[in-house]
Amino acid sequence: MELFECSLEELAGMLAQKEISSVEVTRSVLGRIAAVEDRIGAYLALDEAGALAQAEEADRRRAGDEGVTPLTGIPIGLKDLLSTRDFKTTCASKMLADYRPEYDATVVTRLKQAGAVLLGKLNMDEFAMGSSTENSALKKTVNPWDFSKVPGGSSGGSAAAVAAAEAIATLGSDTGGSIRQPASFCGVVGLKPSYGRVSRYGLVAFASSLDQIGPVTLTVADAALLLQAIAGVDPRDSTAVATPVPDYCAALKKEIRGLKLGVPREYFAAGLDPEVEAAVRLAITQLEGLGAEIVEISLPHTDYAVATYYLLATAEASSNLARYDGVKYGFRAADCDGLKEMYFRTRAQGFGSEVKRRIMLGTYALSSGYYDAYYRKAQQVRTLIRRDFDAAFDSCDAIVSPVCPTPAFAFGEKIDDPLAMYLSDILTIPVNLAGLPALSLPCGFSGAGLPIGFQVIAAPFAEETLLRVAWHYEQQAGWVGKRPQLTEEEV
Amino acid sequence: MDYEIVIGLEVHCQLKTETKIFCGCSTSFGELPNANTCPVCTGMPGALPVLNRKVVDFAIRAGLATNCRIVPNSVFARKNYFYPDLPKGYQISQFELPICLSGSLEIEVEGESKTIGITRIHMEEDAGKLVHPEDEFGVSYVDYNRACVPLLEIVSEPDMRSAAEAVAYLKALRDVMLYLGITDGNMEEGSFRCDANISLRPFGQKEFGIRAELKNMNSFRNVQRAIDYEVERQAEILDEGGTVVQETRLWDAERGVTRSMRGKEEAHDYRYFPDPDLLPVVIDEEWIEEVRNSLPELPAAKRRRLAADYGIPASDAEMLCADRALADYFEAVVELAGAGQAKSAANWIMVELMKFLNEEKVGIIACPVTPAGLAELLGLIADGTISGKIAKQVFATMYEQGDNAPKKIVEREGLAQMSDAGELAALVDEIITANADKVAQYQAGKTKLFGFFVGQVMKKTGGQANPRLVNELFKERIG
Repeated sequence: MELFECSLEELAGMLAQKEISSVEVTRSVLGRIAAVEDRIGAYLALDEAGALAQAEEADRRRAGDEGVTPLTGIPIGLKDLLSTRDFKTTCASKMLADYRPEYDATVVTRLKQAGAVLLGKLNMDEFAMGSSTENSALKKTVNPWDFSKVPGGSSGGSAAAVAAAEAIATLGSDTGGSIRQPASFCGVVGLKPSYGRVSRYGLVAFASSLDQIGPVTLTVADAALLLQAIAGVDPRDSTAVATPVPDYCAALKKEIRGLKLGVPREYFAAGLDPEVEAAVRLAITQLEGLGAEIVEISLPHTDYAVATYYLLATAEASSNLARYDGVKYGFRAADCDGLKEMYFRTRAQGFGSEVKRRIMLGTYALSSGYYDAYYRKAQQVRTLIRRDFDAAFDSCDAIVSPVCPTPAFAFGEKIDDPLAMYLSDILTIPVNLAGLPALSLPCGFSGAGLPIGFQVIAAPFAEETLLRVAWHYEQQAGWVGKRPQLTEEEV
Repeated sequence: MDYEIVIGLEVHCQLKTETKIFCGCSTSFGELPNANTCPVCTGMPGALPVLNRKVVDFAIRAGLATNCRIVPNSVFARKNYFYPDLPKGYQISQFELPICLSGSLEIEVEGESKTIGITRIHMEEDAGKLVHPEDEFGVSYVDYNRACVPLLEIVSEPDMRSAAEAVAYLKALRDVMLYLGITDGNMEEGSFRCDANISLRPFGQKEFGIRAELKNMNSFRNVQRAIDYEVERQAEILDEGGTVVQETRLWDAERGVTRSMRGKEEAHDYRYFPDPDLLPVVIDEEWIEEVRNSLPELPAAKRRRLAADYGIPASDAEMLCADRALADYFEAVVELAGAGQAKSAANWIMVELMKFLNEEKVGIIACPVTPAGLAELLGLIADGTISGKIAKQVFATMYEQGDNAPKKIVEREGLAQMSDAGELAALVDEIITANADKVAQYQAGKTKLFGFFVGQVMKKTGGQANPRLVNELFKERIG
């Protein structure tokens, strides 16, 4: 087995035992990238020299036993909306194609402090708006399991890179499912933490009240290790809460016997692919076999989630993206006659069509005369959705469901039908509206060989429960280690 | 036709905090362009605001001092519009739930007092500044040093009925904010600026007329002039049967007119919504009480107390209270010199001391003469050691040399008054003998000559003779 195929947990163990060095691991991953990246297209920018230098530094830290963490020396990729000092952070947009931040996002600082090796920046839908990574203005990323299929989105690069073993782990961001959906499409683990668990400072904002940064990894334990490193209060983000960060790894192996798992009937409604339903139901049965108690629950406002989300997320986005005006940084249209024309042409040329569509939707929702009917109403419905979950957690400890109604779809299949694309997020969006933690993990394959994902949802800041349920299922199910076949030697 | 004038003011008051409202950058003035900036105040992608607690403290102060209700859960909102001096494309302000509501301020115009309602006070960030260099055609620069500097916006009710009331309100409000120590109140530099909403209506009409909003008035005088001009302009329109256009107008101080901004600002839809990056500002009773207990005595109360406690005229009290530090100085002098010296202390501060301070254009804080020094000087006048005239000379020495020991100055320079009756009597007799003719004229009715005799003694003594004694001695001898 090659080093690049190992999990973060395995590598951390071998590094701790000094069986291997970080430089070896990093070289192995860089070699893998060289071999497969042409076909996958996960990276927007690779920092080979920087990664090797950080690997050497990590080895020195280990040799001197200075500030060693499980992440010390582990090669990690970053979604390209996490600000990296002096290193391009493009959001896969023409608008920021040459933008180099003057500061590191808090999660980047924390990874650096933990001694992680930062490989480079990963492709995504432009400004995280999309469910297939087809909205990237800069690159096409394919699903490593089937190159004719999308990797999901918006963190498509983050999921594809882990699935193709082009990174040991990655960070993505999740506003309406952008970590969980690509993780399920690519057959890896994706964790969206509770709103407020991880600092958003330096995460280029799409929808501030929904965005959360989280890990995309090969295993549940890896997700726990990575979350441990990035979670916690941050004086630079008023919405990052002071709730203490528990020991996530210690939580994994606690028994799940007697845990009550809720199955929301609204999440198994019409439109759910029968293969997906079968795989998820089987997973639920297996959890029952492990001693969990399965209860049916109802989340009655589920049907309103997509509409609510597309009002609130677009409203916030219309304001968050106002700063891209050609004045201070990023793209500026050439040869403009006056300020107004500079604004119009910069934004017309710099943004892609999905971004512009959402800015217009959000501007409309906030406009005077429409605010009460749209934005305010959506906030009220959001409260109802949150209450649905509050009530559900009175009768269960965690909720289990599919992640996405279908496995990965084909390129072009939904890109011209925004509504169909938006509706594919119906099972992930309510979690963001309620600020809950949720995790996606593999639970099988379709007949066509595409991964199917399984979602576990917990109450706010109950990441431990989430990880525990997922870990026990993962041990039982045995999907870990299933990799797409990418090179001749792997045949 | 005569119209009733209706005026409401919106005041922007820049707060004197060390750091900006949402980041740790300095608020200091006059730095190199963009020296006081960071990713937060330049609106870099991903940067987030974190509220400066001091700004909330100052806002509570302002609210309590103007009898407002402090809102326990106020909310920051985004005001969305595009302009190059606005780095994020929105200003963080407050909209539906401001920090202070429904207060009031007492004003006095021509002896009549009146209460002006304050609708609301809210916190917000300032924008940057555009720089258009004259020698570079078609190029503009942006300086974000001022971006994110904290402001309070104080909105009055449309309660003012004349330009004089508007100016009185503005002065009273500025005095209060200065007393609270939360702003430097500099109108020229724009740290205390106001917009005025003005409309006219026939007397007796309940509904307000159509208003125009005036901007760009950077002194009390300009506020007065601009409102006067605008009232006349609107009256002319109404007299001719026309309709006032609801618009924003800029005051042009040079030409003395207001000019329409020609729809530049018209019909903005700011699309306000709660800022998801900031939590509601939670203020509990304890916090409010803590601030209430730290409030200083406010100008109106201080004026009343000074007049009552020290028996000085209301006009003196008003002048002294124009500056909290000046009033404090006055009280310190009286405390040391004794209550009997209050009137004299007020006079000395308002005339002599202000003359020196004004010449150097410095505030009382920078005064080299200490309250103790001035009190000692007043004592020397009171006990007859020196005359008022000599005292001015001594004061000049004290001020110029920063020497606060007037008694020693008097001794060193031999300035003590001659109060020895025997010595002075000899001098008086000498003058009478030498001017027998004039004495005769005097006694024949030319009473003006009395001053000449006294003047002769003063001349001989270099001004040090006690004038009261000299007067008495002449009276005794020549009637």
